[in-house]
Amino acid sequence: MPNYTFTVNGREVTVDAPADLPTLWALRDKLGVTGPKYGCGIDVCKACTSHLDGEAFNPCATPVSEVEGREVTTIEGLADGDELHPVQEAWLEQDVAQCGYCQPGQIMAAVALLKRTSNPTDEEIDAIENVCRCGSYFRIREAIKSAAEKM
Amino acid sequence: MAPRPLEDYLDMARHSAEPTGSAPAVAPGLRDRVLGRRKFLTYLVAGSTLTVAAKVGFDTLAPGTASALVPSPPQPADVTDLGDILIMAGKPTEGLLIQLEIQEDGNVRVELPRMEVGQGLTTSVAMLVAEELDVPLSAVYMPLAPARPELLFNQLTGGSNSIRSLFGPVRAAAAVARGRLLAAASEQLRVPVGDLQLADGVVVGPSDVRAAIGTLTGAAAALPLGELTAAPKKPSDYKLVGSPVSRVDARAMVTGEFKYTLDLDIPDATPAMVRRPPTINGTVDSVNNEKDVRSMPGVIDVVVIPSGVAVVAETFGQALDAKDALDVTWKKGTVDGLSDAEIKEQLRGAALPFAVPAAGELTIDAEFDFAFASHAPMETNSAVADVRPDGAEIWSGLKSPIVAQQAIAKEIGLPENLVKVNVVQSGGSFGRRLFFDGALEAAQISKATGRVIKLMWTRVDDMRHGRARAGSFHRVRVTHAADHVLSFEHRVASVETDTKHGLGEILTATAASLPVGGNMSFAQTMFLTTVKCPYNFGAVTQVLNEIPLDMHTGSWRSVYSANTRGAEEIIVDEIAAKLGRDPVEFRLEALKEDRYRAVLEKVADEGGWGAKMDKGFAQGVAFHAEYKSCTACLVEIDARDPQDPRVTKAVIAGDFGLPINPRGLESQLLGGLTDAISTTLRAGLHIEDGLPLEGSYSQFHYARQADSPTDVKIFIMPANDKGDPGGAGELGVPAAVGAIGNAYARATGIAPRSFPINFPVDFDPFPR
Ligand code: FES
Ligand code: FES
Repeated sequence: MPNYTFTVNGREVTVDAPADLPTLWALRDKLGVTGPKYGCGIDVCKACTSHLDGEAFNPCATPVSEVEGREVTTIEGLADGDELHPVQEAWLEQDVAQCGYCQPGQIMAAVALLKRTSNPTDEEIDAIENVCRCGSYFRIREAIKSAAEKM
Repeated sequence: MAPRPLEDYLDMARHSAEPTGSAPAVAPGLRDRVLGRRKFLTYLVAGSTLTVAAKVGFDTLAPGTASALVPSPPQPADVTDLGDILIMAGKPTEGLLIQLEIQEDGNVRVELPRMEVGQGLTTSVAMLVAEELDVPLSAVYMPLAPARPELLFNQLTGGSNSIRSLFGPVRAAAAVARGRLLAAASEQLRVPVGDLQLADGVVVGPSDVRAAIGTLTGAAAALPLGELTAAPKKPSDYKLVGSPVSRVDARAMVTGEFKYTLDLDIPDATPAMVRRPPTINGTVDSVNNEKDVRSMPGVIDVVVIPSGVAVVAETFGQALDAKDALDVTWKKGTVDGLSDAEIKEQLRGAALPFAVPAAGELTIDAEFDFAFASHAPMETNSAVADVRPDGAEIWSGLKSPIVAQQAIAKEIGLPENLVKVNVVQSGGSFGRRLFFDGALEAAQISKATGRVIKLMWTRVDDMRHGRARAGSFHRVRVTHAADHVLSFEHRVASVETDTKHGLGEILTATAASLPVGGNMSFAQTMFLTTVKCPYNFGAVTQVLNEIPLDMHTGSWRSVYSANTRGAEEIIVDEIAAKLGRDPVEFRLEALKEDRYRAVLEKVADEGGWGAKMDKGFAQGVAFHAEYKSCTACLVEIDARDPQDPRVTKAVIAGDFGLPINPRGLESQLLGGLTDAISTTLRAGLHIEDGLPLEGSYSQFHYARQADSPTDVKIFIMPANDKGDPGGAGELGVPAAVGAIGNAYARATGIAPRSFPINFPVDFDPFPR
């Protein structure tokens, strides 16, 4: 099997995997990076949302061969040591998480949105498609707005 | 007298009686703290730390009071609801339920004999402990207890019952521990107990003498064991309980450190997935290309299990490819050929007749139906199993772990005491994790392959072969006079809701105390202990009849109430309209209790009820009461396009008796609102030829951010004088269903009758 080398949260890694193995499984099963979650495997639920070269992507629908030589950031790589990212802080302040399973993806989607626009409108927040089956959407919205204000 | 080992006392408790023997002296200074109302018996573990289990007295239940219009007598659920029944079933083992240990570092360890699925129990129960013991919340550590068979019926998470059933035992254990710590401090510091204060985990006396509780724990355990009576705090003295607290596990969740079942690092756990049949409950006839599949990259093993064909591989990605590549010949399932149209026809035929004849002009008759709805928790069904010839260990999100342990032990042919079942906090449940099918499959695969197995269901399988709320049909008949209701009847027909997860045994065990008599069916008993009409509507009858189709159903957040009470709230608006009354005023007049009126008035005030709305926009309001709690919901809807409505605003008020954590309760109501938006407007399952068509969130339209309101206000009513907390987990759905239905009707002029309201097959189903 071929080897693929890329960085995960600033650390260079090499995995031995078939070219079409979704990056989600390279991360979870081969590298033990379990922050990105499986919720559908077909780019629908967005639970796996992480960043590829700083932009939101869905590793369940991205073959590992495509991330070769690139920079993957998962939820584990968002904080600076013990210092949380402002979006994570906002999530705590609004007490967003219920079961928490969707929240790594929600947070990574929100961080990507706030990179594109510092002051997102309700319509832009609506465009985040990540499913939260616990229905925490309103608190997610409030947390994004609160993070935007502080950033 | 030396403390006896806990086991001795547990044994005694098990064999009927309270601990006997000479009554030792009550620890010094404690007498003046005695309160008569509740009596605690404590059990101690010998050792260097104080470990307490406590048994608490049982309050008798007072029937609710009714105030009049044409008064309706109290209904069964007013007197004894499902939650009360679960508490009763847990009584014999209540003394074993909570074990609280004060450790030498001052931390307090309490295993939670319930399941955390996102409802915030590990926060709210920890708050109770911290409050009673006067330790910081951060000092309370609350792992989920594994299956504890000695608890019998007392380890089932359901019926909005956890806080209700734990409230007494947790406070009792903590109060006893507190009493012992103070007594030990009194001896050590030579200060009377009455002069000591416990705060932040430190006992402080006059002239600032101090002792941290960790330094007292050994001495506290060694005090003579007696019939120690100690009173928990009065709610009016609460400092922490009742104030909004954020979730104790939130930080781990936002950093990705939180571990769900498949994130656990269990040595050698190998991914497995199962190829499932094309129809519900189909079984394997033959596997036609096993050799080819075995030679696929990463594939380790292929085995047939009762529910399908399992593939074990190096990664889940490879297991998924391989299970999709399998060529399997299937035997029939249990509902092959069955589709929605026929299910609906059967349901219509099953609705039992009304007792009151139609009275012409003075009658309102209406029919409703609700589609099946997937539980669809974000974390799909998953489990880890390590089955060996001499023992087994299981990890999974389980709301009824004792029954799971029994079933798994039987299946793999081991005695129960050799099967350890660990309960893992999970990514949602909504009733789904009462079933342990994933854990059972993982055990089967582990036994067949001789490997440690981590099993994951695909999303498609989770929706098609997982659990769902059963489809239902409803007939409602109301007769009325010029200005009030004379009779209100509701006949529900539903596909059978599977309760083979321990609830059946619980109802059987408590049969003598059930509030319903005669030969009532199991389903009707459960129905009547969960559903009640909160209005004085004269003669009220509510009857459920089930059709026995063998499908994968299960209680879905609020069991029968989302549909039954949701439909009733829509009818209440229609009655008000026919009588020329405002929906809020009409309800205020007909509601049975003042606290019911208070939540409705709250949302009407805060939500600006009666505001003028543009064409296509409208407000809607509804009320619901269950499990000693009540709520009202007011929504605004934008239904300019009736095929694509959006709830734009929601104002909700909840009265939970004694609110433990208002912040967590708001979360529960917010979740209930989103569930109602989803299942009322767009989310359901189509059943076609023995299988749901929907296989992902692109097809089962659970709400997304773009479907949820941009303005939500939630109010938790202050503690009322009843003093005990009511149920919380399921309360929010039914009122929101009614409010959304009512808003939709007012905005569009279309009376909603079939749910979800917009329910086309707007996708290409995945292959079977
Ligand atoms: S798991 Fe990646 S989008 Fe659902
Ligand atoms: S918090 Fe449970 S799915 Fe979002």
